[in-house]
Amino acid sequence: MTTQIDAEAALRPHAEHAFADELAALAAADDRPRPERWRLSPWAIAMYLLGGVLDDGTVISPKYVGPRRIVEVAVSTLATDRALLLLGVPGTAKTWVSEHLAAAVSGDSTLLVQGTAGTPEEAIRYGWNYAELLAHGPSRDALVPSPVMRSMAEGMTARVEELTRIPADVQDTLITILSEKTLPIPELGAEVQAVRGFNLIATANDRDRGVNDLSSALRRRFNTVVLPLPATAEAEVEIVSRRVDQIGRSLQLPELPDGVDEIRRVVQVFRELRDGVTHDGRTKLKSPSGTLSTAEAISVVTGGLALAAHFGDGVLRAGDVAAGILGSVVRDPAADKVVWQEYLETVVRERDGWKDFYRACREVSE
Amino acid sequence: MTAGVVAEGSARRRAGQRALAAAEYAASAGGGAGVPAVDLARAAEVRLRAGGGPGPGDPLLLGVRHHGPGSARAVRRALDAYRPSVVLIEGPPEADAIVGLAGEEGMRPPVALLAHVVGDPARAAFWPLAGFSPEWVAIRWALEHGVPLRFIDLPAAHSLALGQEEEGASGPGPLPGVPDADADAPSQGQASGPEPGGEAVRIDPLAVLAETAGYDDPERWWEDAVEHRGSGSGGSDQGADAIAAFAALGEAMGVLREAYGDGGYDRDPVREAHMRLRLREAQRAHGERAAVVCGAWHVPALRAATTVAADRALLKGLPKVKAELAWVPWTHHRLARRSGYGAGIDSPGWYAHLFDAPDRPLERWLTKVARLLRDEGIGVSSAHVIEAVRLAEALAAMRGRPLAGLAETLDAVRAVMCEGSGVPLALVEDRLVVGDVLGEVPESAPAVPLQRDLERQRRSLRLKPEALERELQLDLRKDTDAGRSRLLHRLRLLDIPWGEPAVSRGATGTFRETWRLRWEPELAVRVAEAAVWGTTVRGAAAAKTESEAASTTALAGLTALAERCLLAGLDEALPVVMRALADRAALDSDVGHLAQALPALARAVRYGDVRGTEGAALAEVAVGLAERIFVGLPGACAGLDADGATELRGHVDAVHRAVGLLAPAAEAVDGGASVSATSDGTTSDGTTSDGTTSDGTTSDGGASDSGASDSATSDGGSSDSANAAAAADHAVGPAKDGGPGLNGDSLRSRWAGTLSRLVHRDDLPGLIRGRAARLLLDDGVLGEDEAGRVMGLALSPAVPPGEAASWVEGFLGGEAGGGTLLVHDERLLALVDGWLAAIPEAGFTDVLPLLRRTFSAYEPGARRAIGELVARGGPAGGRPEHATEALPGFGPDVDEGRAAAVLPTLELLLGRDREERRDLENRRDQRDQRDREDERGQVTPRGPAAPRDRVTPGDQPAPPHQEDQP
Repeated sequence: MTTQIDAEAALRPHAEHAFADELAALAAADDRPRPERWRLSPWAIAMYLLGGVLDDGTVISPKYVGPRRIVEVAVSTLATDRALLLLGVPGTAKTWVSEHLAAAVSGDSTLLVQGTAGTPEEAIRYGWNYAELLAHGPSRDALVPSPVMRSMAEGMTARVEELTRIPADVQDTLITILSEKTLPIPELGAEVQAVRGFNLIATANDRDRGVNDLSSALRRRFNTVVLPLPATAEAEVEIVSRRVDQIGRSLQLPELPDGVDEIRRVVQVFRELRDGVTHDGRTKLKSPSGTLSTAEAISVVTGGLALAAHFGDGVLRAGDVAAGILGSVVRDPAADKVVWQEYLETVVRERDGWKDFYRACREVSE
Repeated sequence: MTAGVVAEGSARRRAGQRALAAAEYAASAGGGAGVPAVDLARAAEVRLRAGGGPGPGDPLLLGVRHHGPGSARAVRRALDAYRPSVVLIEGPPEADAIVGLAGEEGMRPPVALLAHVVGDPARAAFWPLAGFSPEWVAIRWALEHGVPLRFIDLPAAHSLALGQEEEGASGPGPLPGVPDADADAPSQGQASGPEPGGEAVRIDPLAVLAETAGYDDPERWWEDAVEHRGSGSGGSDQGADAIAAFAALGEAMGVLREAYGDGGYDRDPVREAHMRLRLREAQRAHGERAAVVCGAWHVPALRAATTVAADRALLKGLPKVKAELAWVPWTHHRLARRSGYGAGIDSPGWYAHLFDAPDRPLERWLTKVARLLRDEGIGVSSAHVIEAVRLAEALAAMRGRPLAGLAETLDAVRAVMCEGSGVPLALVEDRLVVGDVLGEVPESAPAVPLQRDLERQRRSLRLKPEALERELQLDLRKDTDAGRSRLLHRLRLLDIPWGEPAVSRGATGTFRETWRLRWEPELAVRVAEAAVWGTTVRGAAAAKTESEAASTTALAGLTALAERCLLAGLDEALPVVMRALADRAALDSDVGHLAQALPALARAVRYGDVRGTEGAALAEVAVGLAERIFVGLPGACAGLDADGATELRGHVDAVHRAVGLLAPAAEAVDGGASVSATSDGTTSDGTTSDGTTSDGTTSDGGASDSGASDSATSDGGSSDSANAAAAADHAVGPAKDGGPGLNGDSLRSRWAGTLSRLVHRDDLPGLIRGRAARLLLDDGVLGEDEAGRVMGLALSPAVPPGEAASWVEGFLGGEAGGGTLLVHDERLLALVDGWLAAIPEAGFTDVLPLLRRTFSAYEPGARRAIGELVARGGPAGGRPEHATEALPGFGPDVDEGRAAAVLPTLELLLGRDREERRDLENRRDQRDQRDREDERGQVTPRGPAAPRDRVTPGDQPAPPHQEDQP
């Protein structure tokens, strides 16, 4: 059913395609023991995510910028066949890390269940092809396996996105899978047993914790890794520039001269509003209702780049990002608008060298 | 891990590499199983000899990392294999005399050798030893095997003197032990001093080695290379391995020292000269087979070829003091680096575990963690432990470490047991990684007499010193608890803060005390310091108090001292303090000082009798002090600026509370007066209520016979309040007829008189006047109508808005109860509202900050309630008549039936007897009658009495509520 398309043509290629070269180089250089059905050793996977230089000179780009400990714990967890739960506020690269982990471990990041309020049990266990079912009765052929079931059978890494959005009773179907490592099919009197190499990565959102909190039985089956917000402004600028660069490439935006100053400014605005205090720690600010995550900063800059490339003079300027920032900050038209105006008038206006930015923001805010 | 990392660089860099190669030999020496032990031992000796050149004999040099469990284990194996004839340890030679105590039953590490200057215990240095310290292992080994034991470092007599010399230049400087090879030598630091500052750049030899090996953390390199190696059971060939490892490590250090010289440790040459001398001496006395346990950094120096004469020359002319040494208990917290001047290891608890665990250290450790978390109510099952072990091992394998270290286990605990949260992890780090172990020292150890007395009392009172902070609840009615309280108070007087008084939770009452106890090792030093005051805790505390009383000049300090004296039960010191207090009080005329001093004294008087101490003399002084404040206060209030007024308002509040405390103590003779006051008030059919209303009928009863009116007749306007004060007197009881004296009632009434005078003097700051009016209102001396009138006066249009606003701040601000007053008293709210509405626009901006300050202190609930009331237009127009309308949410009239339902409960609460109830019923009947007569049937909201009672739960209840009589 899936239409195989060229990785080059995909709007957003899967990790295992986008970084196929790096994965291949790592696999070639990797001489450490690998768990069964793993494409790489845990050490190589950590390197794939954190970046580095191989002995043969191949440069591995960092996929995740953050504490090394987090990646190491995550990979080790998968190696111990415990399921991994990535927690964090929106935009802390949970999905990103999970995709790359799956790509590096199993070479396939597509065995994905997207958690929503309407995710049914069939999405996690299996469904039926009703035409087949009516015509021939229950049989293996009439069964439509879920991504989780397939990864169990093939010893791959399955992913569940936004676990806490899934209704509690559906969540609990995972318990048998994670503790017994088997999926019974009572209709056929059969079961699918997980083969070695199977594991599951789930992501969940801190902010939504109250929505469908995990039952303690399920929680016990996960090792939890909390992904933090970037620790320093420099690290965040680094993340934003890198991602913007990658996205820009895949969106085929024209190459732009160095816009890193503008990126730094976006990151600073986001950090200041998020932390509720200015960069120099002198002035307190109100925080808007949005999360202002790194991911949003990235999308603001990408949007700005597109503007600059197609409608501007090709240089990323304050005016290109102003509208994007406004959209990210002002989520609640009443309250956030005030916060934004205050920030503009008390902080931005006074700052040296921010005149253009102030003017651009005033323009879009009017 | 060498070639790729080490870039070609300076000679130092290459030296590091060579050293690393040697160190790697140390690490790989374990591979030589199968080779007979003796051969290896001999080989090691040969290596030593070859490397050492013509040295002073052939000692076994065991260069260690202080407090390293791996080093400690290796030292034990090496000693077992080598069987030395004498053991030498880096440490002050004065300790030779008391080292025997280390073998005694009562000695439990962690302990420390405390060296202090005789007569000046504050100048002290510590050599901490944990159970997993190599030095401690060597000491115990020597004692068990009957081998002579000597300390060979520079004597404390010199190092303390040197430390003092350096103090001038670089603060309380490091004593020679601190900057050792491994940055954590038997750490010596001034008890009061911080870690050494950087007067010279000192190298960390381990950091150099670790960096060369590609590690960023020297501790971690050492752990991987040395500590985590060979955790198997001890055997003879492992002993030989250990010897070989030490030799290699010494070689590595030798290479490093070639490159770095003394590495910035200026005093090391002197110390090492002394070590060499002592080493030769020991070898002469006990034979050649000596084993030296010292910081790895010193090994090359001890092997160096020097002449005796040269060493002696180095030691010449060192400054010297008389030093005394003792064993003191130590704690793991002190060993940890985070505690300031500790010995410099992050994780004593973890090291102790590694050293003590017989096998499977990881499994045992994580089980410990699980049990701790379980005790704290975090559900952790065995399945969690299993998964944590697996994760820790996987992490270690991935990071290429031989064994899961602390970092791995903590990462695993966080991911598996704590659900990614750092909060429970912090608990694990505090309780287990650092730990709360407190060492013990046997009784036979030398100690100052004060220390012995403290021990004796501690034992008889069953108080155990613990490193973990805990709370102790004392019931002073019990003898043991009273004794404990006295001991803790005395220790506080001696500046030995073992216990800190804490606020009691739940239990209130003057016979209860709560303490937070925590024994810190420095307290041992404090005890030694306090020993100059006497030989017993009581004697020393008394002596110190007396001396302090003589030197304290501030009155407040003296009264505080008197209070503490009473708490500590130091009867012998009290007269001295009292004399000083009386002298000082007579001389001091500043009302501020007097007012500051009074509260402590009042507390002392009030609570003195709970402890069975004599408080009569104190009460006399306190009352005298109060009288002088009453006289001086109006004068002191005049001509103050805003800041001064604010300060004085605090004094007025404090004095008010103090008077409340003093009054019952002074009237102790006719005890229970305050209880009977209520019934008197309620039965005195209307006279009291007449007295407090503002209708101008200068009342019949109170004023004439009370005798208190003379204190409150400064001007015409105050006659009402004088009556009010008198009425209060009357309400407090007929026992008062004897006239003024040292009597609680009169004290209180005179205070009321003083306050009334303040209220009516226009030339005083509004803040003070407002506050005084509020205090009078709270005490029920000032009737509500009168309060309304006073407020109306203060807020009249003629008064400048700024002045009026500060009056409002004084009246309504301050304590939390201010908001509720306005909520419940509509009349006052109407006054404020009316005044506010009438302020001209220009003036409004001036008073806004003052008002904001006043109202922002209210609880949000009260603020909202006021806002709602105003928004509803309740207190409109500032006309008091409106206040007679029913409160929003209440019916127009009191529902007698429902109100009566609460009476039985109230009676139970108040403990009335039946007779009083009859009175009450009589009164109710009368009132019903009156209500019926009164056509308008107005009912004042019953609210105001309630919040006021809550605000001042003083001894004198508010007078009964009165009907409004237009």
